[in-house]
Amino acid sequence: MTVLLVLLGGAVGAPSRYLIDRYVQRRRQSVFPWGTLTVNLIGCLILGLLAGAAHDLAKPIVTLAGTGFCGALTTFSTFGFETARLLEDGSYREAGLNVLAGVGLGLLAATAGFAIGVSV
Amino acid sequence: MTSRFPDGSVGGRADLPIDPDADLGDEDTDAQDDVFALRTSPRRRREWSVLATISLGGSLGSLARYLISVAVPVAPGRFPWATFLINVSGCWALGLLMVFVLDVWPPNRYVRPFFGVGFLGGYTTFSTFAVETRNLAGHGAWLLAGGYVLASLVGGLAAVWCGMIVARLVGGLPVRRNLEGGRA
Repeated sequence: MTVLLVLLGGAVGAPSRYLIDRYVQRRRQSVFPWGTLTVNLIGCLILGLLAGAAHDLAKPIVTLAGTGFCGALTTFSTFGFETARLLEDGSYREAGLNVLAGVGLGLLAATAGFAIGVSV
Repeated sequence: MTSRFPDGSVGGRADLPIDPDADLGDEDTDAQDDVFALRTSPRRRREWSVLATISLGGSLGSLARYLISVAVPVAPGRFPWATFLINVSGCWALGLLMVFVLDVWPPNRYVRPFFGVGFLGGYTTFSTFAVETRNLAGHGAWLLAGGYVLASLVGGLAAVWCGMIVARLVGGLPVRRNLEGGRA
């Protein structure tokens, strides 16, 4: 049962990331990976919410939406690869901004989501 | 998907490479009898098959992540080894894969969607990383939270690099893509 929920959440989360990433990136003419930043922040906010409200939620919902969907919606590997690519291309400023924005705003989104989840 | 084309190719793969970001045509004509419809309709079907490929890879990657998190349980307030190992190994694999996909292998419509966007994207996770860091801070383990962030960033970047270097060595490419690329 848990395995099925993870599979299902992942099956929706990964193509969602692809579509959002493409939608965002197409509207930005820059080397900065706006698309990955966007999906990661959305995922951090939702997972924070779920974690904050976990006591009031049924476990299958947390597994489906948290482990499955949010886990697949967000990505650490693409974040790492894009940062490495920016460094290799000599775009040090963008690489540094990507790391700072990803971690800083990601933590902020997770914390805000958690606070909202607890209070709801 | 496995329709046979006049040139004998299967699934219209003869016209590679295709721009993956190309806008989709609005025509959805039935390709049964209209020979010219082959030029628009398969593209839409290919778009769906790419999404399905990503979906399949994503679900398998998520399952792999879940199984590792079950195998490596982490007590609250302790270093989240499972996610750390998942993210670092995923970074290594993506670095390796991208060199092969972009510089070594001939273009293929499904390799990057399945392994890169799908499997490794579903396998690694940024949201769990962020929430775990928040939880550590919430437990008052600020030092551990900071250490986790730093270790994941340094480990992830180093792993991407290792993967790329290994792939370039195996693929017979120069290790550095440009001369000023070595600053870590």
